[in-house]
Amino acid sequence: MSNYELMVIFTPVLSEEDSKSIQKKFADVIKDNGGTITHENPWGLKSLAYPIQKKTTGMYLVLEFSAPSDLNEKLKIQLNRDENVLRYMVTKLDKHAVAYNARKRGSLNAESKTVEA
Amino acid sequence: MAVKQEIKYLTAVKQEKRQKKYCRFKKLGIKYVDYKDGEFLKKFLNDQGKMLPRRITGNSLKFQRKVAEAIKKARQMALLPYVTDLLK
Repeated sequence: MSNYELMVIFTPVLSEEDSKSIQKKFADVIKDNGGTITHENPWGLKSLAYPIQKKTTGMYLVLEFSAPSDLNEKLKIQLNRDENVLRYMVTKLDKHAVAYNARKRGSLNAESKTVEA
Repeated sequence: MAVKQEIKYLTAVKQEKRQKKYCRFKKLGIKYVDYKDGEFLKKFLNDQGKMLPRRITGNSLKFQRKVAEAIKKARQMALLPYVTDLLK
């Protein structure tokens, strides 16, 4: 079991319900394949730094989870198959990253700003 | 003939003492560079969105590599642009 972080950009044309269900869909994919979700953070609609597939905005979703290493291949298949996904990235988190995320979650952006300065 | 009294120096006089550069990650004890935080990563980019060298940022090699990784990830996820004008 390792810790991972999944970031997905969905198309902005989804309705409220569709975006909820699609977020749930990928959370379920992780759960069904033996992973556990530590934290779910839907960023919502955000403007992209450059257009992807001629779209200037995207729905962001960040999922932090721990899972066995064979889950990622299954997850990738699901992500590639879904046409609402503009782009995704799975990052492996080391122990510092886990600590960082936990702390950031604890004090929702209040502390992180002071750490940067 | 009047000889002008001028003071001449062999080497140029030092005007100011520049502050020594330091690695901000080491100094502040930051262990993880977050790719999700685009605003923070902008400190390591120039106006065109190119990465600044270690020579300028003063980062240690270890953290410069981590910063570079994070910037590349942020670019891929459209949090930072690959190329622009007037980023800041």
